[in-house]
Amino acid sequence: MEWFDNHKSLFTTALLLFVVLTFMVAIRPALNNEKINRPLPGAEPMNRDALAGKKIFIANGCVACHTQQVRNVEMDKMWGQRPSIAADYAATSRTDVWRNTATLMGTERTGPDLTNVGNRQGSLEWNLTHLYNPRILVKESVMPAYPWMFEIKESPAKNDVIVNVPDAYLKNSAGKIVATKEALQLVSYIQSLKQTKLPDGTVLPEFLYGKKQETGNITSGQEANKINGAELYATHCQSCHQSNGEGLPGAFPALKGSKIVASDSLSVYINIIMNGYSGRVSEGFGVMPAVGTNANLSPEEVTAIINHERKSWGNNATEVPAEEVKKIMDFINTQPQKTE
Amino acid sequence: MNSPAFFYILFGFFLLLVLTVALYLWYASGQLRSKASELRKETDENYFKQQLGKMNLRQINQLLQLLADKKTLMLLLGGIFYAHTSFAQNALQKEPLLSETGILITLTLLLIPVFIALVIMVVKLKKVIAHYMAEANTRKAARLAEYLDRQPGEALKHLLEKKKSAEKFALTNKELSGEHTAADSKGILHISEEPGLPFVAVKRRAAPRSQVESSLSRLVLWYLITATFWLLFGTTVGEYVGIKFAAPDADHISWLSFGRLRPVHTNAVFWGWASLGMLGLGYYVIPRVGNQKLYSYKLGWYSLYLINATVLFGSIALMAGINNGGGEYREYIWPIMVLFVFALILTLYNFLKTIARRTTKEIYISNWYIVSAIMFGLVIAIVAYWPTWQNGLGETIIQGYYMHQGVGMWFMLFTLGLVYYYLPQQLNKPIYSYSLGILAFWTQILFYTLIGTHHFVFSSIPWWLQTVAIVGSAGMVIPVVAGTTNFLLTFKKGWYKLADSYTLPFFLVGIVFYFTGSLQGTAEAFRTTNLLWHFTDFTVAHSHLTMYGIISFFLWACIYTIVPRLTQNEAPQVTVGAHFWLALMGLLIYTVPLMYGSTLRGQMWMEGKPFIESVTMMAPYWLWRAIGGSLMWLSHLLFAYNLYKMMQPTHITDVNEKALELLKQQIHPTEKND
Repeated sequence: MEWFDNHKSLFTTALLLFVVLTFMVAIRPALNNEKINRPLPGAEPMNRDALAGKKIFIANGCVACHTQQVRNVEMDKMWGQRPSIAADYAATSRTDVWRNTATLMGTERTGPDLTNVGNRQGSLEWNLTHLYNPRILVKESVMPAYPWMFEIKESPAKNDVIVNVPDAYLKNSAGKIVATKEALQLVSYIQSLKQTKLPDGTVLPEFLYGKKQETGNITSGQEANKINGAELYATHCQSCHQSNGEGLPGAFPALKGSKIVASDSLSVYINIIMNGYSGRVSEGFGVMPAVGTNANLSPEEVTAIINHERKSWGNNATEVPAEEVKKIMDFINTQPQKTE
Repeated sequence: MNSPAFFYILFGFFLLLVLTVALYLWYASGQLRSKASELRKETDENYFKQQLGKMNLRQINQLLQLLADKKTLMLLLGGIFYAHTSFAQNALQKEPLLSETGILITLTLLLIPVFIALVIMVVKLKKVIAHYMAEANTRKAARLAEYLDRQPGEALKHLLEKKKSAEKFALTNKELSGEHTAADSKGILHISEEPGLPFVAVKRRAAPRSQVESSLSRLVLWYLITATFWLLFGTTVGEYVGIKFAAPDADHISWLSFGRLRPVHTNAVFWGWASLGMLGLGYYVIPRVGNQKLYSYKLGWYSLYLINATVLFGSIALMAGINNGGGEYREYIWPIMVLFVFALILTLYNFLKTIARRTTKEIYISNWYIVSAIMFGLVIAIVAYWPTWQNGLGETIIQGYYMHQGVGMWFMLFTLGLVYYYLPQQLNKPIYSYSLGILAFWTQILFYTLIGTHHFVFSSIPWWLQTVAIVGSAGMVIPVVAGTTNFLLTFKKGWYKLADSYTLPFFLVGIVFYFTGSLQGTAEAFRTTNLLWHFTDFTVAHSHLTMYGIISFFLWACIYTIVPRLTQNEAPQVTVGAHFWLALMGLLIYTVPLMYGSTLRGQMWMEGKPFIESVTMMAPYWLWRAIGGSLMWLSHLLFAYNLYKMMQPTHITDVNEKALELLKQQIHPTEKND
């Protein structure tokens, strides 16, 4: 064909086709998306430390393993209260003229999703120790260690944040591990990652591909027993209290031999699980986040966790029925929440 | 899970294998039945006569001897029975719950040992039957001996004598050729005079061709040399990054931490190895198919410098912690990537000028693909890097577009263009169908451009855009099937060349992965499969099947094709073969366990298992990946060695050349050798 034998007409046609399609599926949707989306009214802008931390997060390529998107599918429920929506990313703009926008949505989930990590694991102590070497707290972890964000000081100054590191990880140095500004900023960024509540009255986007709804109420003790307490413990509790229930001395208290775990009065126990705890900060222990509330744990799940803790690592307290836990949880929910 | 197409295909394949064996067993048992009924029949006169006819010379002589001795007749049975037989069999043919991925995978895996077991059963049964037949034959033999003993001596002797002379007759083998020695005036015969068995199969050597202009030759070679350097660098980094999954505390240096090195690996192999390799090979194709010299060598060299600078500065910046914000393959910041864009502009200008001055009427299809790839590459880079836009999710929409167009419109389109030239050249015949190539060209542009956002299925990107991407991914079946068909049919009547060529196996592997890898991409794009595989290492396996299995294998094929022509030197066939096998085995060991492990991981996530359990579970698969990666890395060392050997003038003196040279000196002593 004559048309194809002329390099001008041939290559112009191909280029035009490609450019038109590019405009339709990339440029126009992108511009449109920028235009129609605004940050949610409740979204808190990041503070300066968190912003600096975000740059450190970008520089170290953390997005290679950590996504920041809760997809609208059932299996992503564990990463957030609701699916992410375009408005969640609307406040993100170019890092600077040299560097592009970093929504950090990611394409690989080698490590956990971080969309809501500030709520799930907001503890400063935990994050610093984990950053120094993740295997101190999660021995199966394959995350890189970031010791270069810490200094060793013989005599730390008063304002220095000292990180609790077991001797095995200290490489025979006598000094204390002190977090640098970088480490603190990075943790500050991680703490700032919280899903914003949708404005009241907004219909929550659905999680798709859910498991089939089970008919009837599952409050009977037998049903609750089917929920695997050990797995729930691994998901929600283990990274601090450890798989052997011994915690980390000086940072996270042991559940093995704990009085509260073995106690007959469940209300304190359940309140700690649901709303967190800061009663032992003076002893050097970290603040516990509101694990149960953040993860939307059901009474049956809380019961499973409690019974797992009461029967493991040599603990030998009686198992508790789900009905009792539910009663206490209902009571706690009616109480006014303390704000920090 | 509804319809993970990939597993259906895999499952179907193995089911087919098992059914084939089962069918064979059924056929064999039929044979056995007929044999058995045959045995039950009384042995009659005819049978004995038949048996006599089957005797060979040795048996006849023996029989004659026996007859002469008039002693007891002995008999040795001739002829071995083949018994394609077996008894009844049960093949696993139950219809599975074909709606569950897990069940499909498990069944597929189960079918493999079942298949092997069936094969073993066939072998064993044949043994049993052979034993049974031997016994039956012994009985027959006894009766035959008895019969022979009864026969009148003279008649039998006469019969045997006649048969003996018939058996003895033989041709002299010279009836047709005569007594003269063969002369090979057309140079058809290639007889190796060296005795002994070859240690490795000897492949055909590259056909000697006229020398390529040295300025072009030098340019192409330097593209390939630098490409090989970045291949070694990039895969060394990749190997180290892979090892870090098994040994996360291998080092604690910020510049070498995982998150910084991963993009160093991907970008170095993309922009360094694959891009430079493609361009170098393209610089040969563009002028050659237009029968015209390259417009400007200088511009070619500038492009080479610019791209190398891009990868060098880019890698350093990434390790120093300066990146663009984490979009895959878009990690270099624009002040660095702009060098690459300039290189593409120069190359595009250079190629278009060359094509404009071509002396052929048509523009060969390779040039369609190559020039378009460069134009599209430019569009992609400019859209993705323009520094004043992409706030919010705009960035992600462009990222999806950029990432996939980079792969499909830059690497794939360019490489296909190269294959349209180098494959027919190696097979020494034209491409099977020019029109199929054109169909693939336009459909590739139409569908591939749409599929970018399939990396962000279920994300906050508009739902309609995700659907368009999925539909586009399905549409990719058309160009992929058209391309594969075209390449495979070009092999038609040339398959025999595969065995004695060291370049064609590379082409064939590239074609196979072009088909499977691309269609796997289509299967991955569906919403249901996305649910299972997205965010897992399945994507990593897929990108290696394609960028390595397709692009790298094609590039190696083309390099082994063209470099001997540029340098008049070939690589040692042993190390080329070793390169091929290590790369192929490495790739399979890398990807197959990783895909399997990732499938398990996706299932664990769907079941809501604790996340850390899915990490522990992956450990062995990550180890396999590191092992496969090591083999691949080793093959690259061999490839680098081969490239070196191809460029190094041979040091061993060629006896013939040297003799001629000496003779020339004797006859014309004044002339200087050059």
